[in-house]
Amino acid sequence: MDFAMPVFATVIVIFGLVRRVPVFDCFTRGVLEGVAVLRQIAPSVMGLVFAVQLLQSGGAVDFICQAVTPLADALGFPAEVVPMMLLRPVSGSGSTALLVSVFEKCGADSFAGRVASVIAGSSETTFYAVAMYYGCIGVTKTRHTLPAAIAADLTAFVVSVVTVRLFL
Amino acid sequence: MLNYIWSGIVVLSVVCAALLGNTRELSEAVTDSGAQAVALLLKLAGMLCLWSGIMKIAQESGFTRLIARVFAPLLRRLFPRLDPNSEVFGSISMNISANLLGLGNTATPFGLKAMRGLHLMSGGGDRATDEMIIFVVMNTASLQLLPTMLGALRQSYGSKAPFEILVPVWISSACALATALIITCVINKISSRRRRI
Repeated sequence: MDFAMPVFATVIVIFGLVRRVPVFDCFTRGVLEGVAVLRQIAPSVMGLVFAVQLLQSGGAVDFICQAVTPLADALGFPAEVVPMMLLRPVSGSGSTALLVSVFEKCGADSFAGRVASVIAGSSETTFYAVAMYYGCIGVTKTRHTLPAAIAADLTAFVVSVVTVRLFL
Repeated sequence: MLNYIWSGIVVLSVVCAALLGNTRELSEAVTDSGAQAVALLLKLAGMLCLWSGIMKIAQESGFTRLIARVFAPLLRRLFPRLDPNSEVFGSISMNISANLLGLGNTATPFGLKAMRGLHLMSGGGDRATDEMIIFVVMNTASLQLLPTMLGALRQSYGSKAPFEILVPVWISSACALATALIITCVINKISSRRRRI
């Protein structure tokens, strides 16, 4: 499966050769477009990394976790998974680090470890994606994008606990 | 909306740090975050440029049109106003297939291209169109078929069955995607009806 990425690229290049497209010219022109896109997404990424860094370092994540834990308990969420759930929508690397800490603390095959795994596999870094996709075209009125995306994340959290209970 | 959330996070962090006495850590984070953002952007830059190049080949050779045909029955329902032969339709299809294959880093450049196409189609402006919302929401729900990274991580932390979580992950992703799409489509319908009146 590690092989998927090179195979995907090679298939496209060979397809281009068969269709007699000047593949290298196309490639370089495309890269130039990529540079332009990078310039457009840079500000959003900068802003988001700044906010997430502040959130983690100031102790706000721990603080919110303590506030949310009773509610999580009542709903049947393992307490160890709460920090990861909170960080999941804003930071990919941050939530992966917290996933690993759940594995270390409880084991990958524990209830908490399984729930954390399913959450990691079924949710995305929502805010990051929204900021980047809209940032690159300068759209600021995102309308109901965030409410719908957050509802999706919450659904993933709840269904993760339910499915782990049912299937594993 | 992002304005409020972003400023909310910043204010909340500073208040929490002041109350909990973590001001030194917070100051360090401020200095650090710039460098961290640049590091993340550099990592992104390589993928973005490389896959934008590959995408160009895919487009000129007609590969995207082929992929678009595979997803057309599904996408035509979600994006009834898009022409199935358009470039945007192809970019969206490439984004979805890369997501399904678990090539997250590859999906992003395709997705950004699709967004620019949708923006052009709408005639610019700062307001998200119905199509943009559906597309972004689809990308915030995880569509991956085989979460290989996750499986590898579980294995390296001593899991006896790294992929036992596969069925729960599929069900959970499907429910999340369904929730997002239903909410989006319902609100889209309501707001377009209101505009007509």
